[in-house]
Amino acid sequence: MGVCAYNPKKSFLLELGKTLQICISFLSQHRLCGVTGSSHVISCYPAEMRQKNQELRSMSEKPRLIYFNGRGRMESVRWLLAAARVEFEEIFLDTREQYVKLIKDGSLMFQQVPLVEIDGMKMVQTRAILSYIAGKYNLYGKDLKERAFIDMYVEGITDLMHMILMFPFSPPEAKEKNLALITERATHRYFPVFEKALKQHGQDFLVGNQVSWADIQLMEVILAVEEKTPAVLSAFPQLQAFKTRMSNMPAIKKFLQPGSPRKPPPDDHYVSTVLKVLAEE
Amino acid sequence: MVEIDGMKMVQTRAILSYIAGKHNLYGKDLKERALIDMYVGGTDDLMGFIMRFPFLSAEDKEKECAHIIQKATSRYFPAYEKVLKDHGQAFLVGNRLSWADVHLLEAILMVEEKSSDVLSEFPRLQAFKANISSIPAIKKFLEPGSQRKPVPDDKYVETVRKVLWMY
Repeated sequence: MGVCAYNPKKSFLLELGKTLQICISFLSQHRLCGVTGSSHVISCYPAEMRQKNQELRSMSEKPRLIYFNGRGRMESVRWLLAAARVEFEEIFLDTREQYVKLIKDGSLMFQQVPLVEIDGMKMVQTRAILSYIAGKYNLYGKDLKERAFIDMYVEGITDLMHMILMFPFSPPEAKEKNLALITERATHRYFPVFEKALKQHGQDFLVGNQVSWADIQLMEVILAVEEKTPAVLSAFPQLQAFKTRMSNMPAIKKFLQPGSPRKPPPDDHYVSTVLKVLAEE
Repeated sequence: MVEIDGMKMVQTRAILSYIAGKHNLYGKDLKERALIDMYVGGTDDLMGFIMRFPFLSAEDKEKECAHIIQKATSRYFPAYEKVLKDHGQAFLVGNRLSWADVHLLEAILMVEEKSSDVLSEFPRLQAFKANISSIPAIKKFLEPGSQRKPVPDDKYVETVRKVLWMY
């Protein structure tokens, strides 16, 4: 065949490496063997099977989100995975039967969603899920103290986010009051804290001069409040600049474009689906 | 608010996470931490009901008490009973004491204050309770004279309302 030729003048190991490369390339061109990228192992089976294994591997590696087809508590998970450039799959709960089956299968530790299947775990509890993703993808600071600040900021943002999350489920007569409360809390309790933090250290990100879970979460809540009160950032120049910077980060920019996994604001259909599936009043 | 290591920390979960991390009660790796976070999330939800309870009106209290017992015995306790049964270990995560164990013991004791036989269907939780309570530091905390606070009374409720303008 004359493919595995080598020059005896060069070092043996270098040539051995080259030889292997040539042989592999010949063999894989002829669809006899493949190198599985991450493990650098030559596996010799048909190309179709190699392809399927690769798919299976990438499928088993992709987190799977189980939730309603809407924002709710899962949206923060979508944001964080998107910012970390992690592709994920979604299964949408439309019927009570699906939900009951999940419970019967023992998939939901506390009979609640969100559920995220990730790294062999069936994770519930939104905060646990987000913490795990943040820790895994380097969005949780560099030490215990940075983590403490990220946790503090995230908890505050979550309190504000909770008000927005519950808003569509409040009775019509309470909506106006709740909307005013969201705007009031955002402008007087939460946004000033982050405005001050950014002003004090003058850095681009909230903690440790690098992007973290806290920044992603803050970006999400800013946009959510703006959907209700468009001028809410008018008194917060640092947050305006922060919002612009975050929007321009490639992964976030992509997430904000149509066709991404980002979900639209909740509408009546979303509300009625949730109530139907959970059979709650 | 907890002043600790030069920080003025707020947000209970952040404070607890920091203490757990600092004092080796947060598992040995990311996956153990994930389990601890999940379990703590559940006990936190359960204790949330109990924490809000004293601030309810008299007529809402009776209904809510039944609701707490129902949630404890049909949703939360079965989940932890299963965890302990599945691995057969004395602690919830990683075969050693973690934040999750301390949190669960606290939740069990609080629910028992509402209904003393609430663990009757949960043999492993009964063993768990006895086991964790016997750890010297926890045993000491459960004795009179420790910093543990009593069940909230009317005076406590009134003080909170007054200070936070929560009427």
